[in-house]
Amino acid sequence: MSEIEITDVAMRFRSRHGEVTALERISLTVPDGQFACIVGPSGCGKSTLLMVAAGLITPTEGEVLVNGKPNFEPGADRGMVFQSYSLYPWLSVRRNIEFGPEIKKVPAADRRKTSDELIHLMKLDGFADAYPKVLSGGMKQRAAIARALAGDPEVLLMDEPFGALDAQTRQIMQELLTDIWQRYRKTVLFVTHDIEEAIFLGDVIYVMTSRPGRIRTTLAVDIPRPRTFDTLTGPRFAELRNQVVGVIHEESLKAVESELARA
Amino acid sequence: MSRVPAARVAPAPSAVTPLRRRGFIRTYLTPKQAIPGRARLILAIGSFVFVIGVWWVLAVLVQNPLFVPSPYQVVLTWWDMMVNLGFYNDVGWSTFRIVAGFLLAAAAAVPLGLLMGSFEAVRSFFNPPINAIRYMPASAFIPLLILLQGLGEDEKITIIWIGVFFQLVLMVMDIAHRVPDEMLNVAYTLGASRWTVFYKVFLPATFPEVVDALRITMGWAWTYLIVAELVAAEHGIGSFILIAERYLRADRIIAAIITIGILGLITDTLFAIAHRLAFPYVEKVRA
Ligand SMILES: Nc1ncnc2c1ncn2[C@@H]1O[C@H](COP(=O)(O)OP(=O)(O)OP(=O)(O)O)[C@@H](O)[C@H]1O
Ligand SMILES: [Mg+2]
Repeated sequence: MSEIEITDVAMRFRSRHGEVTALERISLTVPDGQFACIVGPSGCGKSTLLMVAAGLITPTEGEVLVNGKPNFEPGADRGMVFQSYSLYPWLSVRRNIEFGPEIKKVPAADRRKTSDELIHLMKLDGFADAYPKVLSGGMKQRAAIARALAGDPEVLLMDEPFGALDAQTRQIMQELLTDIWQRYRKTVLFVTHDIEEAIFLGDVIYVMTSRPGRIRTTLAVDIPRPRTFDTLTGPRFAELRNQVVGVIHEESLKAVESELARA
Repeated sequence: MSRVPAARVAPAPSAVTPLRRRGFIRTYLTPKQAIPGRARLILAIGSFVFVIGVWWVLAVLVQNPLFVPSPYQVVLTWWDMMVNLGFYNDVGWSTFRIVAGFLLAAAAAVPLGLLMGSFEAVRSFFNPPINAIRYMPASAFIPLLILLQGLGEDEKITIIWIGVFFQLVLMVMDIAHRVPDEMLNVAYTLGASRWTVFYKVFLPATFPEVVDALRITMGWAWTYLIVAELVAAEHGIGSFILIAERYLRADRIIAAIITIGILGLITDTLFAIAHRLAFPYVEKVRA
């Protein structure tokens, strides 16, 4: 059982121009083994929400519960993957992946087994001893995901992990991620601004409003798994996409208008 | 650490030397384009030949070896200084002062800079005075230090310390400050404690740039030392220069200055090699 629950979370920042409300009373629950996606216009507070979920920042109001217990500190129970990969350049791919187990003092032999398995699964064979500088963007992100999985978190938090990749690499990564997820059945909270990505990957999609961020719509993605490349061309995919596009477009317009009004 | 063959994928584009001939203008007059390795070598040697050539021509034209000795003469003088005047002794003294002053400054500046870069409380406390003192030229402290400490080694070392410490501490602070938050955050979400994040992520993330900063400030240390020795010293390259001036020996002064340049070049090269050996993972190596 690994479940994450966000209850009535609000986040306000004090800035030079007064208080900025980034999040306003957000509640959502990702039950065990669910792949939940969050989409929303730029600046609506998606990253902020994920940071709160990870315990990296403390919300102004509300709380985050992991398996029913409130948790305000970051820890190995919630692994995080950032858009910028954030691999440690001074460690080989293998040592990067073993970083979590090493901290937990897992014996070297077991660590090695974990990293061998993940290196193979993430198609990084032959690069175990290479430094991150020689990897392509897609490989870096695969290594970063492997590192997060090696930490064996209850919940995996991902903030636009494929946002910096080109369209082809992104598609391959999405397919790889669904495979991995089928295998490990982690509870995942995945932020993206790519609607198709959210539909392809998610069991459920939360669409956020423009700032202050709230959850505007929740959509269940009823496309059966395993999903493959063909899923993208199916009629249900198109239907869902149109639905989300409509909502997001409305919100993005609002975001632009409110920015204009402030200017 | 063993390297896989794939480690040889393309480095940053500007470092690539095109293998196909592309004509003079396209090769040499395109901004930020790499030139052939052989051309680089020829230009490097050429610049030395050029400088020495100009100097030689000047010496021949002026025809006054008292003020403008020829390069050849300076080489002879240098040899004479080493063999008959014990110049190596002065070089030794200066090197000792540099190393001592620099090590003491680095030993204080690096830890403090790292702490200032990572803890806002430490930064808020130390930043204002350090920033103010940084604008006071180290050489202006010399008379004061002579009053306080006399003319011994401690005075020279203190000058170097002042000159290096205040610059270095701010450079290191800046380096520490620039470590991406996400690098630290990833470690927290892998279960690392604050202390583990500090020594397993934060510190190693700063090392390569800290060594770069040391390399840069080492160059400045020479300036402060020579100034201190010019003002007052019994031994050292600076005092040797001062005596040579009294005897109107331009050739000795030039030979001493070139010696400093060569010593600087040697330390710089040592730093560069150490950097390459210690941090093979760094993406771009500064020239
Ligand atoms: N530390 C902070 N101080 C002040 N304001 C902040 C801070 N962090 C975030 N904000 C504000 O909160 C809002 C939400 O930011 P956030 O980065 O969470 O948005 P996002 O949805 O992830 O955007 P994007 O799609 O561009 O990644 C923004 O308006 C931002 O300016
Ligand atoms: Mg974001």
